[in-house]
Amino acid sequence: MEELIQKLKVEIIEVLNLEEMEPEDIDSDDPLFGEGLGLDSIDALELIVLLEKNYGIRIEDPKDGRKIFFSVRTMAEYITENQK
Amino acid sequence: MSLVIKKYCSIVTDRINVDGRTVFTPDNQDGFKKFARAAYRHFQTDYPKFFKMDSLSKLGFLSVEVLLKGENVLSKHSIEKTGLILTNASSSLEIDEKHWDTIRDRGQYFPSPSNFVYTLPNIMAGEAAIRHEFRGENTVLISKAFNAELIFNTADLAFKTGALECCICGWVEQYGNKYESLLFLVERSEHENEEGKSEEDVIFEPSILLKIYKRERAWKN
Amino acid sequence: MKTVFAGAENIISSLGFNTDENIRNILNGNTGIAIDSNGIYSPLPLPLSKVDYSQLESLFKDVIPTNEQRQFTRLEKMFILSITDALKQSKLNISSADTLIIITTTKGNIDLLDPVLQESFGKQRVYLHEMAKVVTAYFNNPNPAMIVSNACISGILGIVYGERLIRSGKFRNVLVSGGDLMSEFIVSGFQSFQSLSEKACRPFDKSRDGLTIGEGCGTIIMSSDPALFIETPIKVMGGAGSNDANHISGPSRTGEGLFLAIEQAMKLSGIVPDMIDTISAHGTATDYNDEMEARAFSRAGLENIPVNSYKGYIGHTLGAAGVIETAISLQSMRKNTLFRSAGYEQHGVSKNINVIRKNKEKEITTCLKTGSGFGGSNAAVVFQKI
Repeated sequence: MEELIQKLKVEIIEVLNLEEMEPEDIDSDDPLFGEGLGLDSIDALELIVLLEKNYGIRIEDPKDGRKIFFSVRTMAEYITENQK
Repeated sequence: MSLVIKKYCSIVTDRINVDGRTVFTPDNQDGFKKFARAAYRHFQTDYPKFFKMDSLSKLGFLSVEVLLKGENVLSKHSIEKTGLILTNASSSLEIDEKHWDTIRDRGQYFPSPSNFVYTLPNIMAGEAAIRHEFRGENTVLISKAFNAELIFNTADLAFKTGALECCICGWVEQYGNKYESLLFLVERSEHENEEGKSEEDVIFEPSILLKIYKRERAWKN
Repeated sequence: MKTVFAGAENIISSLGFNTDENIRNILNGNTGIAIDSNGIYSPLPLPLSKVDYSQLESLFKDVIPTNEQRQFTRLEKMFILSITDALKQSKLNISSADTLIIITTTKGNIDLLDPVLQESFGKQRVYLHEMAKVVTAYFNNPNPAMIVSNACISGILGIVYGERLIRSGKFRNVLVSGGDLMSEFIVSGFQSFQSLSEKACRPFDKSRDGLTIGEGCGTIIMSSDPALFIETPIKVMGGAGSNDANHISGPSRTGEGLFLAIEQAMKLSGIVPDMIDTISAHGTATDYNDEMEARAFSRAGLENIPVNSYKGYIGHTLGAAGVIETAISLQSMRKNTLFRSAGYEQHGVSKNINVIRKNKEKEITTCLKTGSGFGGSNAAVVFQKI
């Protein structure tokens, strides 16, 4: 799990162009949206693409994203549960 | 009514000028991406969203940012009457090609929303409007080359109809490492005497726009 | 200041190649949206609003002499056909120096990013100014076209700029032609935004769940000379744009930007809300857009004015939308008929706006056209009968 969390942090920084951030700046349990990293609706859609492209997981209903993308840890848990 | 150029800013391949004076040149010439980052840092900009933009929006953003540094436009004009008229030749072609690359192979079909949103040239106007809270009319027009008449006419008519009181207008062109911009901050003259002119003013008219464009770009040749 | 007249409108869409065909279909309640499963535009079947390409080709053969050597892209053919049809309805001299052509488009010849097509036409043609040059050269117009590429409000801005150029005396005539093409480029992008509906789009309806992409071309001729038009023209009163300054893709939650554009357009036109007989809204059928529009209309005092969206008939035609939808509105004014807002059954926005449920005769003197798009842009323009 911790390994996946680390990998996700690197991927998130890359696909969302979080230029001035390092993986260690992201707390695994902090909210990604709102106060946390200040991500917006386009970032949420981009994370959906990331799950599909890098992990082969399709999120059919974007509304599910809110729970899945709450934090890096919830993302990692979702991937672990859903990866074939 | 006479319109004046309050200030202008040019970016001609890694040199930034304001009113004809150089305010920034990077240490190395390494292409647009590195130039954009260096300029962002140099002007101590604090706007992380900058790094999410495509190159065209970055160029537009930096141009407006440097143009307005030290200008308090919003204290003088209502935000509803402050607008942007931007022109270029390549539209958003660079990011268009990037988006195309993500869909050309159905086996690797991953269109990216953060690319796609920038495949419209007016997003650069939107980014600048968000940053500076301009609510006025904004538009992007395409022309093969810098077209002083087009820029002048469109801005002039927006003032004449009363749609705008303050306008940032000009040219923001970028494709790969070929990039240049020239933006003018245009307002009504504050020094209008009975003849409607003052020696302090740089009058906003096509011949002056063209003269400035040629001069700003001359050093490259 | 001169008065600006508009008319000679043409529409090319999934509902036909001229205004009559389009309006007949709208009056009969036909939609041009159909499930497309040929796989060209999307890996999965999807409702789209497409122009009939075989008819496009056969009509184009009638326009272009058979010995013609030049090659035209699909979109250029639409522009040329649309403009040719508009010219037939007026005495405009398109080749004269006091006539300006305004082209409005978001993506122009975007299909040429495909290397196969690029081989036939060359990469240069993907530039909007190259495409516009093909069109102006075909009609021997001596002026470089003004090209507006401002997302989904391109068409309305084209009309607004045309109006200003004529009113100020810079040009005697302006022909505005807006066109955009169906492409995998556009469809995949909106898919990645998860904003496409799986059924034909339903603007302002409770069950709306996204937009439907369309394609087409529309043309309107504007002039300071009313005698130019074969049918009585309609006055373009004035218009304006605005920006939400809020988000590059999400519409404003308050409708502030659109409200400002409407207020400004009414002011420049010298009219008040009570004088407006109908509104042609943008109405994309995304959750946020339609809600934003309802709020803006309500704030501008336009809740009771009959309003519709034409996107349930022809989908979202992007840079063409402002011109095509204005052309439909001019027809609605000429026929004194409010057109049903296709796809609307149950009210689905928080404000009590008056969405048109069925075609209805009504004296229409003044019409407001609005649009909003990516980049936070909004625009509005007012038309009035002579």
